[in-house]
Amino acid sequence: MKKIFALVLAVVMLLGLAACGSKSSGKKAEDGIKVGLICLHDENSTYDNNFIQALKQVQEELGLKDDQVLIKTNIDESDACYNAAAELVDAGCDIIFADSFGHESFMIQAAKEFPDVQFCHATGTKSLTEGVKNYHNAFASIYEGRYLAGVAAGMKLNEMIEKGTIKPEEAVIGYVGAFNYAEVVSGMTSFFLGARSICPSATMKVTYTNSWFDIAKEKESALNLINSGCVLISQHADSEGAPKACEEKGVPNVAYNISTISMGPNTALISSKIDWSVYFKLAITAVQDGKEFDTDFCGSLKDGAVKLTELNDKVAAAGTKEKLEEVQAKLESGELKVFDTKTFTYKGAELTEYLADVIDEGDFKPETNVIENGEFAESQKRSAPYFDIKYIDGVSDL
Amino acid sequence: MTNNEKHIKEPFMHITKRTDIKPYIAWLIRLIAIVAALIVSALVIVSITDYNPFEVYLKMIEGNFGSERKFFIMLQNTAMLLCVSLAVTPAFKMKFWNLGAEGQVLVGGLASAACMFYAKDSLPSWLLILIMLFASVLSGIIWGVLPAVFKAVWRTNESLFTLMMNYVAIQLVSFFIMVWVPNGSSVMGVINQKSENGWLPPVFGQKYGLNILIVAILTVVMYIYLHYSKQGYEISVVGESENTARYVGINVKKVIIRTMVISGAICGLTGFLLVSGTNHTVSKELAGGMGFTAIMVSWLAKFEPIMMIFTSMFIVFLQKGAGEIAMTLGLNESVSDILTGILIFFIIGSEFFINYKINFRSAQKEAE
Repeated sequence: MKKIFALVLAVVMLLGLAACGSKSSGKKAEDGIKVGLICLHDENSTYDNNFIQALKQVQEELGLKDDQVLIKTNIDESDACYNAAAELVDAGCDIIFADSFGHESFMIQAAKEFPDVQFCHATGTKSLTEGVKNYHNAFASIYEGRYLAGVAAGMKLNEMIEKGTIKPEEAVIGYVGAFNYAEVVSGMTSFFLGARSICPSATMKVTYTNSWFDIAKEKESALNLINSGCVLISQHADSEGAPKACEEKGVPNVAYNISTISMGPNTALISSKIDWSVYFKLAITAVQDGKEFDTDFCGSLKDGAVKLTELNDKVAAAGTKEKLEEVQAKLESGELKVFDTKTFTYKGAELTEYLADVIDEGDFKPETNVIENGEFAESQKRSAPYFDIKYIDGVSDL
Repeated sequence: MTNNEKHIKEPFMHITKRTDIKPYIAWLIRLIAIVAALIVSALVIVSITDYNPFEVYLKMIEGNFGSERKFFIMLQNTAMLLCVSLAVTPAFKMKFWNLGAEGQVLVGGLASAACMFYAKDSLPSWLLILIMLFASVLSGIIWGVLPAVFKAVWRTNESLFTLMMNYVAIQLVSFFIMVWVPNGSSVMGVINQKSENGWLPPVFGQKYGLNILIVAILTVVMYIYLHYSKQGYEISVVGESENTARYVGINVKKVIIRTMVISGAICGLTGFLLVSGTNHTVSKELAGGMGFTAIMVSWLAKFEPIMMIFTSMFIVFLQKGAGEIAMTLGLNESVSDILTGILIFFIIGSEFFINYKINFRSAQKEAE
């Protein structure tokens, strides 16, 4: 056994050295830009797949070759992320994206070590405080998309009430959240506000899986919500668990990141998503042109970074499409605001002041008042969401 | 053929145990197994992708040896896996099935992270590192020795006990991250990123230098301990037969508990190296399944510490190679999981042919 391994290893090492020698350690290819992407999971996660597909789309639009786009999948939120970034730099990447919140510290570490390479981290919060020139945060005002998806859900609830399937007070939405965290709370609240703007009697129950990707847990959570009387489910977690549970039970589902119509042809209603191709294109072309770009970018409905996926006509209530167009136009023009303080109450009162932890110095102390001009100014002071009010009236834990 | 039926029916084949296999035959069988595995893998690659299997194999090698950085990352991953394997080995030799290495590593890492989190910059780095080391090893020992005491005194099942302790460890880590990071994201982030307090310093210009060095020394120490110390011998005797051990006057309870102290301590040390020398943070995924992979590493090496260098490197080689072909060839990592599965299946399978001989019904009788 030992000798065999020694032998195999010797051969392997020899070949390895040969590989070393033959490869001119790939520094800065003259034949154009090289782009790297670090993903927490792979294509099986709807969240990561959303990034991967967006980058492939941009690759096609910009005419990049396959060896100009390197995607590393299943990279943990650990030293492995730093190593992945460093290996991508070694491979000649000029710009590197990472998609998971926990990658942030390791991306900053890499950014400091390789100042000539641009590091772009989605969902992160620290570019404002770190002050590293080649380190960027990016997000999008996904709360607008969630609000719109909520409108579609509200239409569906109204349809159920009109048909007599449920009484108005039974219009309970179930929400499967990943973590009890601002990004999730912001998403669920905007979704709920969208639904309630259409169906005033709507309420919402929330449960958490404490994982971004856990098929079994997400499915179980969705079933728990359904069993406790929820008539429509939405989720902020990255597997197909919840949509499939809904399809089994025949309960309408509103998803995130990708269209789930193929998973639940009879129950998938619509999904909201961030179209990362907008940011990818902006950042990559900026590097190509040698220009600087924003260290804290927030895409929006208006610039196409926030989108709705295809509406499932089989499930949607009549008139949903028209209603969505109408609300979207109002959101884009600024006539309608998602977190308008007149539309919700917290502990029975309208919000006039709320401190959020916008400046992330690792102290977790809220310091910035984010109620401005009659709205909660989500994603305006920093791209990553900071709406962490648990919960506005009408929303409660399961 | 008809005559045969009158005789006592001889099975088409039967299996006998080999007692004296020549080393070169054992070698040959293993070589055949690896070649067969590579051929089957090649068939799989050709049938499900458009790639030339040699290109795939070459990429796997490149993923491990393609640059100095890749080489050291491979060494570092090997060192960590080897360290956990060294930890479980004495217990396994004693036939104490410690399935709790994952949890023992986690609590070790958690203890180190806690020291860093609470001490911040209040202590000089070298002192903090020593405290972290002590705390980690102690936590690992507690996590390892609890099931050992229950086994030694009340004869509880150690596999279940150690396995369940993993989940307690995972929940503990979740709990502390919730306490330390109140924003609910469950991400600890790098601790002391600015001051690097409590981080192991680089050695020979390599940030993993100390990790690799410590594990290398530990491997030699473990080899000597198992082969040349009285305690090592006691472990073997208890593993062969508890009754024999008792008969020759070995205190079995003491050996079980002492061995699990060692096992837990090394797991705790791994946790320390993962936090202080590698990640500088803690998460539920800190041990990353190594506690279980280590069982395979140790078993494949027949519990021999020196051989475990090769088996752990082999496993890491496959993992790193998998990542490389996923990135450069755009093949999903599941593809490389399949290849890893085939290779390990054949290697484990070859042991069967080394230990047993298959006898077919003799050709002469068939002819009659």
